[in-house]
Amino acid sequence: MRSFSGKGVCGGIAIGRISVLRHSDAKVTRVKITDTEAELERFENARKQAIDELCRLYEKAIPEVGEAGAQIFDIHRMMLEDDDYRESVRSMIERQQINAEYATALTADNFEAMFGAMEDSYMQARAADVRDISNRLIRVLSGVSETEQLAGGKLIICADDLAPSETVALDKSRVLAFVTANGSANSHTAILARSMNIPAVIGLGEAFLASVRDGETAIVNGQTGEVIVSPDEAATDEAKKKLADDMAARQLLEDLRGKKNITRDGTQIQIYANIGSVENIGAVLLNDAGGIGLFRSEFIYLESRDFPSEEEQFAIYKRVLESMADKKVIIRTLDIGADKQAGYFGLEKEENPALGLRAIRICLTRPEIFITQLRALYRASVYGNLGIMFPMITSVTETARVLEYCHEVRQTLIAENIPVSDSVELGIMIETPAAAVISDRLAPMVDFFSVGTNDLIQYTLACDRQNQRLEEFCDTHHEAVLRLIEYAAKSAHSHGKWIGICGELAADLTLTETFLKMGIDELSVSPPYVLKLRDTVRKTDLRS
Amino acid sequence: MKTFTYTIRDEVGIHARPAGMLVNKAKEFECAVTVHKDGRSADAKKLFSLMGLGVKCGDSIQVEADGTDEDAAIAALSEFFEANL
Repeated sequence: MRSFSGKGVCGGIAIGRISVLRHSDAKVTRVKITDTEAELERFENARKQAIDELCRLYEKAIPEVGEAGAQIFDIHRMMLEDDDYRESVRSMIERQQINAEYATALTADNFEAMFGAMEDSYMQARAADVRDISNRLIRVLSGVSETEQLAGGKLIICADDLAPSETVALDKSRVLAFVTANGSANSHTAILARSMNIPAVIGLGEAFLASVRDGETAIVNGQTGEVIVSPDEAATDEAKKKLADDMAARQLLEDLRGKKNITRDGTQIQIYANIGSVENIGAVLLNDAGGIGLFRSEFIYLESRDFPSEEEQFAIYKRVLESMADKKVIIRTLDIGADKQAGYFGLEKEENPALGLRAIRICLTRPEIFITQLRALYRASVYGNLGIMFPMITSVTETARVLEYCHEVRQTLIAENIPVSDSVELGIMIETPAAAVISDRLAPMVDFFSVGTNDLIQYTLACDRQNQRLEEFCDTHHEAVLRLIEYAAKSAHSHGKWIGICGELAADLTLTETFLKMGIDELSVSPPYVLKLRDTVRKTDLRS
Repeated sequence: MKTFTYTIRDEVGIHARPAGMLVNKAKEFECAVTVHKDGRSADAKKLFSLMGLGVKCGDSIQVEADGTDEDAAIAALSEFFEANL
């Protein structure tokens, strides 16, 4: 048994036989040619064929990995059509009287070096694209046909790195997992594997590739990045159990995908997902959430070394909104302080941080931070279906002040001729007992409520949620908490507003029926819980 | 000859996808289209040349169109940049 550790880029377990994909980096040899005209024609024919192949790959990839993922093949086609690249090969053939394969390889080296020398890691990674199109050309020139058929059964594909065209060209029904010795997070293999939902581990190192042989059994864990070659019985049993759980979860996913969140008696609700960064959007879509019920914008601040600029934030919000198309995206404004700290805010140490200067209180005492975020949000609003919600609200006055800032920011942008959406929903979080108790006064002011159960429990029960010893006193189903939520729901509905729950309690399946009976309109949970929750909703009957 | 100046807002700059789209857009016009950045320039109808400029978020670039349909090209390209970059 040999264990290797790499970077898991797509979750899931695979157990199976290894097939090592050795690149047909057939050594390109330099051949002196005499008939340059014929060689040029051979090059042009190969180029046309390679372009045709890429057009077909593009068509093939769209249903497999989606339009955005498939675009790489369109880019590759354009690279092959590029005049500079073409001229470079042609002039080498003409001037140096060398064969087209060799001229292509030399050109590839030059263009790769150009990208390799660029500062930005994204552009450096494009050297792989140049290599990929050049290998394709050389392969066509050498008359080798495209897909090497894999022998027998389903396989774990091992390679030093997979070019995107190889990843897509493989017969997916035969691939259990992708594992590579190299590859970066920016590599297309990682991106494509994720969009095809095949377990994938990259960066296992050359030692891994050197040691594996065709036909060896391996366990791939795309979540942890662990790869075990020739596993012992215990490791195999454990993996099989995980695989069975995985399959059950996937089956659930398949069965519930595209279905409504509707109870047996016909009550329908929305199930959205909670996320903290743009990278998680894939999981939101994969799990078929109806929207994003909580985008925790504070992670943008926590991952920064200084206040993130309006432009940085705008770019992130825009991407989230665009990726979700017209589905609802609710972004919560900065919720920092207490357990989430960023040094550059220069916040004073507090005796009681949970009851201290945090969230909306920071925004209201330092409006420049708040205005920057609101500007970025409103600017992004035209790219999708945006809702903004404000954390830690306790009073009518705070709500009025927050709404006033929104109004001002919106008017300023309009005066600057910057387009803003006129249908941005504004909501507040119900996470303090105060807000819940006066929810009848807050409801007319906003478009929606979203209950933050973690804080609501902590503040209602006076239990520090970070303190494990308090567990026995912290009854998350406490009647006081449920009554507060129920009252907030009643307040929202009597003013024609909707109410959601975005805290951890939303994923508590033993409470789903209770929430449905209260008339909760939306539950937002972390992506892996979406379908489990849908399952529970569909099995609930509110008549009984 | 017509030009306009534009500051890139897209977080990864002129990366492969928008570069490809820009090349397609530029090729719709007869006139020469050049992108200038910090004294370097690239033919906007050539993908590698354009990507080689390494245009990043926040960079200020000049787009120049020169030829018979330069007015139409400038209008279409400035719209393209606003929408995509």
